[in-house]
Amino acid sequence: MLLHALLGGVVFGCYFTLVGLGLNLVFGVMRIVNLAHGDVLMLGSFAAYFLFHLAALSPLSAAPLIVVGFFLLGLPFYYLVVPRLAASRDAEMLSFILFFGVQQIIEALAAIAFGSSERSIPGRALGIGAVHLWGQSLPRAWVISALVALAAVLALYLYLYHTRLGLLTRAVMASREEARASGIDIHRVSAIAFGIGLALAGLAGVFAPFMLGSITPAMGSIINLAAFAVIVVGTLGNPLGTVLGGLVYGVGLLLMQTYLSAWADLLPNLLLILVLLVRPSGLLGRRVRLA
Amino acid sequence: MPRAARDFLRVGVPVVLLFALLPLAYQNELLLFNFVLFLILAQGLNAVYGFTGYLPFGYVGFFGAGAYGFALAVMHLAAPPLLALLLAGLAGVVLGLILTPLLRLSGAYFAIANLAAAQMVYQVIANPALADITKGPYGVSLASVFAPRASYAVALVILALVLGLVAWLRHGRFGLALQAMRDDPVSAAMAGIPVLRGRVVAWLLSALIAGLAGGVFAWHISVFYPETAFDISISIFAIVFTLFGGAATLTGPIAGVLVLYGLYNVIGISVPQYFQLIYGALIVGLVLFLPRGFASLLRRRGIDVP
Repeated sequence: MLLHALLGGVVFGCYFTLVGLGLNLVFGVMRIVNLAHGDVLMLGSFAAYFLFHLAALSPLSAAPLIVVGFFLLGLPFYYLVVPRLAASRDAEMLSFILFFGVQQIIEALAAIAFGSSERSIPGRALGIGAVHLWGQSLPRAWVISALVALAAVLALYLYLYHTRLGLLTRAVMASREEARASGIDIHRVSAIAFGIGLALAGLAGVFAPFMLGSITPAMGSIINLAAFAVIVVGTLGNPLGTVLGGLVYGVGLLLMQTYLSAWADLLPNLLLILVLLVRPSGLLGRRVRLA
Repeated sequence: MPRAARDFLRVGVPVVLLFALLPLAYQNELLLFNFVLFLILAQGLNAVYGFTGYLPFGYVGFFGAGAYGFALAVMHLAAPPLLALLLAGLAGVVLGLILTPLLRLSGAYFAIANLAAAQMVYQVIANPALADITKGPYGVSLASVFAPRASYAVALVILALVLGLVAWLRHGRFGLALQAMRDDPVSAAMAGIPVLRGRVVAWLLSALIAGLAGGVFAWHISVFYPETAFDISISIFAIVFTLFGGAATLTGPIAGVLVLYGLYNVIGISVPQYFQLIYGALIVGLVLFLPRGFASLLRRRGIDVP
């Protein structure tokens, strides 16, 4: 039982890494808090749902389409909103309120368009049967989701550390002002990072029906809390630190569900507050957020 | 006359009188009570957000703590309503004290942590494992103390006190110190203002206000569930109402409640998604174009908004 919880925890941890990854990238590069992250994820789930049921596309082949589509959506949205926001006093706090408004708009539009009934994609869409590891069996859909999440982390790593644009992105993360002073087009770099953030949220959405249960237009705000817990435990503003946060969260969640199921819902909130109070910079972090 | 007293007489007293007289002309007392409740909550949020810059996204946590403080005092101590109301305020303050360390966080981190804290209080109270004490998810019923008239009157008294408090914060020495440290904590500290103490006092005052509001809500409505007392839209409404009119003013949150909550009751109840869409768009528009609320439009034209 313990081994099963741990193994499942690692698998879920990989997935939750993907849930937090885009949010953390956007925060790291732009210092804005995308409170609509969970709702973008919800849109990704609905896109996968409709592609599966209407176009008979399996989630694995829908995923690249959704990634590209959400990336392209992110670019105009960035130019529409963020430069104006970044110019204001206390951009971080205002971004929080602004994206809260965006979240409300997305949720309302989704409820109007899709209705509020629960929908799902059958697990067989990702193949039938279980995967056996060390004598434990895990649903195939979980393992595939975790592998996709790991691939996304690897791709983001390669982008950040082995491309020229990634180098510029890291420069903007280190210091926006100095990056601007040295001639980097920070808006272009940020817009691409924002697009990648949305694309990662969409990708996480594709696998949400298998990992988080049925999908509804209102699922975004719950996912937001989980995503925040993951990136705060990992390290805010350090995308690759998200992996650690995801693993802590996933293993913690499955252990709670196995041994203390009545209180399992408390976990994201508890982790979030404890880490913020005890080690506000995250488990790996530099100091960024003391008042 | 001190400016705080003048503002209170010009703005606070008419609002309280209006809501004291309206029940004579308008039958739906529950709706009027909700207006009074949101006037109290918006001003309570204003006291901490407007004057210190900390946005308590989980403000509803104090409200729920107050509602359950009242309910537990009535159910387990058989306390009379006014005593239970004081305990409700106390519940808000105690929760505020427990969460005081959150003030170490800045901006968005504070807001997120506060939201998580409110969720935790909800999850503990609504947990079936505690059904013997809090009645868990099944809700509480306080029929023994049900008194709509008296609780409405008490809500008006609380509203008057809260409006007086905000008028004093706007012009009094303590409130000016708060605004100075909101705008520039380092300079304020250099000028000898005790920054930490000021923030904690404003935080606890606002927790007290929400606790009292929760208590009087429990008294007035007398049957409620944890989802109602900890409904996140209570926080959201209070925030949007305050932002709409303009934080750190006395009239701003009042105008926000009257206009937006009025609008909500016209269209929001029948088609909640459309209302959600409208206020989502409203928030985006406000942040991008009017981050200091409608009061700033008037102020730009040289009109002083109390």
